[in-house]
Amino acid sequence: MEGLTQSSKDEIWKILAEIPDPEIPVITIEELGVLRDLQINNNKIIVTITPTYTGCPAMKLFEDEIKNTLLQKGYSDVFVKLSYTPAWTTDWITDEAKEKLKNFGIAPPVKGTEDKGLLFSLNKKNIPCPRCNSLNTTLKNQFGSTACKALYFCDDCLEPFDYFKCF
Amino acid sequence: MTKNEALINYSLRIGDTCLILGQRMSEWCSNGPTLEEDIAMTNISLDLIGQARTMLTYAGEIEGKGRTEDDFAYKRNEREYFNSLLSERPNGHFGDTVARNFLQSAYFYHFYNALISSKDNMLSAHATKSIKEVTYHLRHSAEWVIRLGDGTSESKEKIQNSFDEIWDFVGDLFETNEVDRLLLNEGISVDQTKIQQEWNSTVTEVLTKAGLTRPNDGYMQTGRLEAKHSEYLGHLLAEMQFLQRAYPDAKW
Ligand SMILES: [Zn+2]
Repeated sequence: MEGLTQSSKDEIWKILAEIPDPEIPVITIEELGVLRDLQINNNKIIVTITPTYTGCPAMKLFEDEIKNTLLQKGYSDVFVKLSYTPAWTTDWITDEAKEKLKNFGIAPPVKGTEDKGLLFSLNKKNIPCPRCNSLNTTLKNQFGSTACKALYFCDDCLEPFDYFKCF
Repeated sequence: MTKNEALINYSLRIGDTCLILGQRMSEWCSNGPTLEEDIAMTNISLDLIGQARTMLTYAGEIEGKGRTEDDFAYKRNEREYFNSLLSERPNGHFGDTVARNFLQSAYFYHFYNALISSKDNMLSAHATKSIKEVTYHLRHSAEWVIRLGDGTSESKEKIQNSFDEIWDFVGDLFETNEVDRLLLNEGISVDQTKIQQEWNSTVTEVLTKAGLTRPNDGYMQTGRLEAKHSEYLGHLLAEMQFLQRAYPDAKW
C-alpha cells in the first residue's frame, strides 16, 4: 500500500481500537489498555502493544488479531512491537470498560485498594457482586479461571463470580 | 568476564529459576488437592513461564547469536542451567510444594523489589511487571503456610517437616560470585546481603504467625552459580525436553 497519510493513521487506529479482547470479547484492546501506540514509517505500520501479564497466553492472539484485522482492510505491511515500560496496570481500564465487564458478569478491578504490593490479604476488601451488587461476598481463591481473575462467591445471591484483579 | 557475559548469566539465573519452578508447578495440573488449588497452581506456573520467556529471550538478544527462548529452554543440558536448587526440589505432598514455593516466592518478592531500580532498562521493566505477579504468589503460599501450621496437629507436623527437609537449600539463593560483583558496580544487579535480610524477616514473620519453628541455618547445599545441581534436575529436563530431543526443531 502506498502513501499512508495522517488520515490513514486515524483510520488504522479506529480499526485497531475496535478489536475485541480474545478472552473477554465485550471490551476492546484499546479499552483494556493493551494497545499503546501506532507509528507509520515508510508506509510500514508499527503497532505497539503491552502485555497484561508476563504469561498471558492472549499476547500471541493479540498480535495475530491485529495483523489479520489490518490485512482484511488491505494493510499488509504490519509489525507488532511489544513494549514493557510503562508496565500495564488495571488503572488503564476505562470506566466504560469497567461497566461492560460488570454487565458481562465479571466484577471490575476496585481502584486504589490494598490489592497491590500488600503481603497479606487478611483485611479483605469488599468486592460488589456483579449480579446483585451485594457487598456480602467472600474471596474463594486469589487465582481464578484466567491469570487476571480471582474467584469470589456472593453470600446473598449464592452465585460464584470472577473478579478482575488489580495489577 | 565482560559486562555482557555477566548480564547474560544474570538473566539466565532469573529465567531458569522461573522456568524450572514453573515446570514443577505445571506437574500439579489435574493433581491439585481441590479444583480451586489446581487452578491456582497452574496459574502460578503460567506466570513463572511467562517471566522465564522474557528473561531467556533477553539473554539471547544480548548474546546476539540468534538463540531464542526455546533454544535456551530445550537445548541446554543440566550443567548449563543456573536455576536455584530450591526451584528443582520435587513437589512432594501439597505441604512440601507450599513450603518450597513460599521460600522461593519470598526471595523473588524482595529480589524484584530491589531490581526495579536496576540501571538495566530491561531488568528494571521485567521486575516492575513481575513483582505484581510474585506478590500474589507469595501471598498465596504464605497464607497456606499459616493455614497448615495453624491447622490440625497432622498438618502442622507435615508442614514443619517440609521446612526442615528443604532448609539446606535456602543458602544457595544468596550465593554470589564475580557476576554479582561486576554488575553491582554498574548499578545493574541487586545487593544479595540486603535481599537476605529482608527475606529473613518475611520468612520469620510468616513462620511465627503459623506457629512453626524456623529451622537452624546449618550446612547449606550450594551449586546454582556453577550450574551444579541435585539429582532432580536431570529428570525434570528429560521430561520437559523430550519432544525437542526426540524430534529436533519440531513445530506446532
Ligand atoms: Zn450476588
